[in-house]
Amino acid sequence: MNLLNHTPILILALPLLAAFLIPIIGKINKKATGIFATLVLGLSLILTIILAVKILSVGPQIYVFGAKSPLLTLPSSLKFPIRIMFQVDAMGIFMGLITALVSFLGAIYSLAFIDKKDGLDSYYSLLLLLTVSMFGMEFTGDLFNFFVFLEIASMASVSLICYRGTDLGEPVEAGFKYMVVSSIAALMVLFAIGIFYGEYDVLNIAAIASVIKYSQLDKIALGILVSVLAMKAGAVPMHMWTPDAYSEAPAPITMILVAASQASLYAIFRVVFSLYNITLNTLAVGWIIIIFGLLSMFIGVTMAIIQKDIKRLMAYHAISQTGYMLLGVGVGLAVLANPTALQRYGITAMEGGIFHIMNHAMYKGLLFLTAGALFFRTGTRDLNKMGGLAHYMKYTTIFFIIGAAAIAGLPPFNGFASKLLIYESVYKFNPLLSIIAMVVSILTLASFVKVFHSAFLGPKLPQFIEVKEVPRSMVFAMAVLSFIIIFFGLFPDLIVKNLVHPAVMSLIEQFKYTSTVLGGM
Amino acid sequence: MIGNFPYITVIIYIGCGIYILMFQKNLIKLAIGINLIENGINLFLITLGFKKGAVAPIYTQAPSGQSMVLPTPQALTLTSIVIGIATTALILSMAMMIYKHYGSIEVNEVRRLRG
Repeated sequence: MNLLNHTPILILALPLLAAFLIPIIGKINKKATGIFATLVLGLSLILTIILAVKILSVGPQIYVFGAKSPLLTLPSSLKFPIRIMFQVDAMGIFMGLITALVSFLGAIYSLAFIDKKDGLDSYYSLLLLLTVSMFGMEFTGDLFNFFVFLEIASMASVSLICYRGTDLGEPVEAGFKYMVVSSIAALMVLFAIGIFYGEYDVLNIAAIASVIKYSQLDKIALGILVSVLAMKAGAVPMHMWTPDAYSEAPAPITMILVAASQASLYAIFRVVFSLYNITLNTLAVGWIIIIFGLLSMFIGVTMAIIQKDIKRLMAYHAISQTGYMLLGVGVGLAVLANPTALQRYGITAMEGGIFHIMNHAMYKGLLFLTAGALFFRTGTRDLNKMGGLAHYMKYTTIFFIIGAAAIAGLPPFNGFASKLLIYESVYKFNPLLSIIAMVVSILTLASFVKVFHSAFLGPKLPQFIEVKEVPRSMVFAMAVLSFIIIFFGLFPDLIVKNLVHPAVMSLIEQFKYTSTVLGGM
Repeated sequence: MIGNFPYITVIIYIGCGIYILMFQKNLIKLAIGINLIENGINLFLITLGFKKGAVAPIYTQAPSGQSMVLPTPQALTLTSIVIGIATTALILSMAMMIYKHYGSIEVNEVRRLRG
């Protein structure tokens, strides 16, 4: 038995097991739960990196449940796979790396941030469950399995949003909103899965993709899937839950929630590229996604400028940045059926969009963590009440500057790299889109200058005389993210060539996705 | 025509659920709306696997030559029912917490988060 063949399942199984062990450990020692969760997530991160190296050098990996061998996709004399399987390709592992990194850093940050003693064990249990469900959504090759993980993700994240709900009303209000939104989304996904099952009698994504016809029913299923997954990803006009949920959750959870929204975004891309690919009317669907992106970018940033709550402001920026990803990938989809345009700018646009997913997870995570650090020391999220904090919190100030410069797309940071890819390629598709994207970027900078000015600059305020730098575990998590941001900003070529380009190609080349399961049918 | 009745019921269920979600103000009623949608979708899945005159899909006990209903949708439905119970329990417990903090479960009064 080769243990390396079992890496895809071990990445999920270890945190899942740990999630149910933690309540028992919590009975003995409350503090140990956090350290245990961090260790398990670190192990999971190492396994993800091992799997990533294997996938990028060998090719997509498959893990079939319940079969004699985990690589046996088609039992003898069957044309279609009947078992649930994980199918991890370059795109899946790209998202998996984000998930692993973000949840690991989130757990480290939580060690000091979550100072409430009761409920500590359930906090880490739910954090691990949320991580597992995100991995599941990204790795699975089975539609129904995707639905199950989507539901686990929504339940775990809702409970985490409500974590402070025993003392306050607002987190529960935000959690209720998110729960209603995500249960409708998950139920509608199940409805679409039912449509697929009724039509093709299979649930495996690759198997459906090989026979899909784009009939009337398929169009209905596509409409349902794209709109509800865009709702889960927080795209305008279905964004009403995002600012509430992001601002009321504890800061490390907000960072992980951003990654969870991106898992839904990944599912949109998986559906339109791997499931339908060129059978659908790529120009029309591409433009629909582009328009979602434009609305998200513009409305997100204009709403952000008027906010006074620092986390709410950042949450609106998260909506706005989601627009860039939708824009980049939408342009790639719009020219998918046109090989010359795809070569000229389509692939670059998609690289920009996909690269932006990772960059966004890093700098937005960092910004939410700095907001959490401010809240941890000052006890307020209101920008009007803050001021002069740069005197007391030097590291946090530096991290905030790095994050703000990255989100605004200033040169030596990673936001610049992916935004430049998007501007260049989208300009060749339609100059107007590119100009709007640049204007949004300028507005983003303006709004972060405002935050920086009102929170960090100014004279020392008497009420913050006791404020000091945050504990080491929080500084460590922020420092790692800052390092990654600068590294990606200095060597974008390295990342784009080795990680992003394979991910984009695995989305575009549908036959590779289907043939790994069906064996070149 | 009569074969389509289950699908019409599905549409009625889901329609009622969406109507409740859009026009009702009470948080408990929202939970009921979500439950209605879920029941509609469960019925939809079960209907997909139905065959007239077929027996239950137990391989060892079926008379030979008799056709069976599809087992997969039943498995899907069972999973979805279990998930639905968890969702409902979570929503209702949150409605309880909201009542504790706000003293009301009317949507108009549970509105501290704005802008």
